[in-house]
Order: sequence, then C-alpha cells, then structure tokens
Amino acid sequence: MASNFSIKHQPGFTAIAATCFIVLYLPIFVLVVYAFNAASSTSEWGGFSLKWFQSAYQNTQVIDATLRSFQIGAIAAVLSTIFATMAALATTRTASYPGLTFKYAAINQPLMVPEIVTGVALLIFFSRIKIFTGYSGIGYLVAAHTAFCIPFAYLPIRARLENMDLTLERAAADLYATPWKTFRRITLPLLWPGILAGLMLAFVISLDDVVITEFVKSGGQDTLPTYMLGQIRRGITPEINAISTAFLLLSVAIVTLFFFVSRKRD
Amino acid sequence: MATAEEVAKAAERRDVRDRWLLSAPALLVILFAATGPLLIVLVYSFLTPGAYGDVKWQFSADAWTSVFLERDIFDDTLSLAAAHVTIFWRSIKLAVVTTLATLALGFPTAYFMATRSEKTRDLWLFLITIPFWTNLLIRTFAVLQIIRNEGIVNTILLKLGIVSAPIQILYTDTAILIGMAYVYLPLMVLPIYASMEKLDFRLVEAGYDLYATRFKVLRKIIFPLVKPGVIAGSILVFIPALGAYVTPSVLGGGKNMMLSNLIELQFGQGRNWPLGSALSITVMIIVMAALLAYVRNAGKSGVRHG
Repeated sequence: MASNFSIKHQPGFTAIAATCFIVLYLPIFVLVVYAFNAASSTSEWGGFSLKWFQSAYQNTQVIDATLRSFQIGAIAAVLSTIFATMAALATTRTASYPGLTFKYAAINQPLMVPEIVTGVALLIFFSRIKIFTGYSGIGYLVAAHTAFCIPFAYLPIRARLENMDLTLERAAADLYATPWKTFRRITLPLLWPGILAGLMLAFVISLDDVVITEFVKSGGQDTLPTYMLGQIRRGITPEINAISTAFLLLSVAIVTLFFFVSRKRD
Repeated sequence: MATAEEVAKAAERRDVRDRWLLSAPALLVILFAATGPLLIVLVYSFLTPGAYGDVKWQFSADAWTSVFLERDIFDDTLSLAAAHVTIFWRSIKLAVVTTLATLALGFPTAYFMATRSEKTRDLWLFLITIPFWTNLLIRTFAVLQIIRNEGIVNTILLKLGIVSAPIQILYTDTAILIGMAYVYLPLMVLPIYASMEKLDFRLVEAGYDLYATRFKVLRKIIFPLVKPGVIAGSILVFIPALGAYVTPSVLGGGKNMMLSNLIELQFGQGRNWPLGSALSITVMIIVMAALLAYVRNAGKSGVRHG
C-alpha cells in the first residue's frame, strides 16, 4: 500500500464526480436526440428526421420571438458593457474614496435579489409608467435587461483591469498624450479581452432570462424563452426539442468563445 | 499662489468627481430598473388592493397580516394561514435540501476537478461551465423529459421489471427537488473548485505523515480550508432556489406551489398586488438574512494558508 499511496485520493469521490458529469449531460443528450425524432411524440423513436427543425423554422411565432430575443440581447449587451466598462474604470486602480463601497454594492445589487422579486418590482413600476406615458414598446425589456446584465459584464472587465498596472498609462502621459488618447491607444487595447468577455456574458444572460421578461413584457412581446415556457406549460412537442437544440448550440458556441477569450494570456 | 498641497488636493477632488461621472450611467440604470422599483414594492405592500388588480391609494396593513394569518369571514378572528405557511415551509425546505444535495454531489466533484493535472483541469472546468451557461429553462425541460412517466428513467425501470407501472415523479416535490439540484449544481461546484484549486496539498501530506486517516484529513484539513468556497456555493444555490420560478412551474405542475408561484398568483388571478408585494419583501428579508449570515461567517473563517 505504501508504494502507491496517493495523498490526493479520497474514497468514492471519483465515482461521485463521474456520476455528476454523466447526470449533467445525460438529459441534455436525450433532449438533443429527440429533436431529430421522426415520430411526433417524445416517448418513442421513429427514425431520424429534421422535420421538427423545419416546423420550428416555419413557425412565425418562433422566428418572431427569436428575433426579439436577439434584438433585446444585442442592445442590452452593448449598453450594459459600455456602462460596466465605465464603472469598472471608475472603481479600480485607485485608493479608496468616499462612495466606492456604495458603488460596489449598487452595481452588484441585481445579483442579491431573487429574480421573482425584481420581476414583480418592475411589473409594478413599469405599469405605472405605461399608464403615465402611453408607451408600451420593448424599451422596458431593454432597460430591465441592461440593468441585470451590468453586474455580469462588470465582473470580467474589473478582473482584467485589476491585473493591469498603471505604468503604461503613466508613460503615455509623460509623453504628452491627452487623457483621451491614452485611453484609446493604451487602456482600451489592453482591456479589450475583458470587454469582449463581458459583452458575451451579458448577451448570454439576457438571452437566458425567463422570469424578469415574463413579468415585464406586454402582450405580444414574447422572447424565445418566454415563448418556450408557454409552450411547455401547454404540453410538449418535439418542436420544443428542436428549438432547444438550436439554442443550445448557440450557447455552447458563445461559451467556447468566452472561454478562449477570458483564458487568453497576453 | 496655491501651494503644492492645495494643487494635489484639487486634483484628487477632480479625480473623485470624474470617477462619479464615469459610474453614473451604470448606477442610474440600476436605480431605474432594479433597485428603485424595490422601494415601490415596499410602498405597495401597505396599500389596499384595487378591484381589477393594481392598488387603491389607501393605507392598509392587511397585506402584511395576511402573509401568515387569515381572517375568518364569519367571526373575524385571525388564525394561521395554513396555505401560506405550507408554501413557505415547502419553499424553505426544498431550497435547503437542494443546497445540501448539491453540496454532497458538488464537493467531491470539485475535489476531483482540482486534483487533476493542470492541463486537464481546464477541460473539466469547461465541462462544468457549459451547463452553467445553458438556458435554465432548456435544462429544466431536459429534466422533465427524463423523469416523466414515458421518460427514459421509467422506461428503463419498466423494461428491467423493477416496477410494474411507471413511478409518478413529475409534478411532485421530488421532481422540483431533482430539477433544482440539477440546474443549480454548477453554481455549487464552481466556487468550491475555486477554493480547492488553491489548496496546498503539502498540508494534506503533513496530515498523513502524522497518521491521520483519509476521513480525518478531509474533515480537519481540506474542509476547513475550502470552507469559504462551500459557503459561497451554498449561498449561490440557496438564493435562486428559494425564489425559483421556472423549475416549480415546469416540474411542479400547478399544484405544488413555491413562493414565486404564490407571488405570481397575487399579480394574476389573485388580483391582490399588496399581498404579492408583502410576500416579495418577505422573500427578500429571508434572502438578506442568509446573506448577512454568510458575510459574518466569511469574516470569521478567514483561514489563511500557503
């Protein structure tokens, strides 16, 4: 025993870990397989077919909801990333100043409150504004998504900034670069991987949201997740599997990209 | 002429002002579409429900009384609102059990990941990250397809002759529990892994040199050192589990309500916005208490190593 005694071994841990990974992927695997099922029920296998993808593609409600999801996600991701970048620049690489702790707390606040509570709060607040202004467009959804995406976009940007020292910026200033020029030519290029990671994170978070959207949306403003929730509640068809599979592929692509961007060391 | 000290002070003031201006857009958006509306919820919880939803601007503490109590319509006495108490109890119970289940599964998984070679560690991390960023609704839907009566679990059990009729898992508390443990597992693994990765295994070796058993090493050395990760993971699972909306709506059917469904009901058919608001604030108070306990605990257990 002494010869192959491993200090890192703990009995049963590897088995539990293996079970975890299998359990994490098995349901997703089954879901994807049944998206290609020719039968119209999800309990029997009727051969390989792409007909559910085709039917989803021809479903105008699905396409409509998908486009809305992308539209809200893109606007919210860009806005929240810009605001988060500015906030990160203002809250890092400095001695503590009055209000700094408050800023940290305020920026992270959306993470501390259960989504259902934020959803309800926005429902109440926005319904008042709707009566007051008469406007009921997707602006409300964009505002809500931007707000809860900010803390997520802020994370990688702040992490990146904290690893950048001020030497290069000081050198640029010594060489008479204006603050704007220093930012554009030095800070921004160095910070770029963090900003990109924040942008992707914000986009995925916006795309995934169900609860807040469900409470904020007006009639006919379904995003893809809220449309799917409505369908699942009514009973399931393999079309939902097909939509999920497409959605899944997109998420995996973004995560993979995110993983490489945030892992890249310069 | 200003002294050098005054010049430096002015520059510092300008710097702080610029930093406020830079953070203003983020703070304003969050104030407008996240923090600010929470205060309105608090106000609404003290108003009278309107006939068709919304509220009448008339002070009332009824919403708060009816969070846990109900008024008898005949003799006007107050008694414990059994339905609400049941839902509160079920939500807290399910959130706690989910946290414990993900801990029991997540801790060994994080340990396994952290003890791999540096190169393969990234791969395992990637494998845990994918479900984490996959839409929660899709993952819940995937669980639904596995555990329903015609799903793969029941099909296998039937084929093997272990059961003669499918086990009804879907639309029970067990289904909600399975679903929540499944969707929140990565939230437990990731912070524990982050602490575990920094673990100095020379301390473990020292433990064995002093004749500690494997279990003793785990309990006395490894666990105390990764405790911050365990606490962070537990909080990250407990908060969304307590307020979970998607999982109980999809896997619990209409009957097994959790707090979020009860709240939603007040804004839908229930048409009692003040009660919905009071319930929301109650959920937030529970969450804040959990967070406070976490912060105090994290402050105490400042274990340093390395």
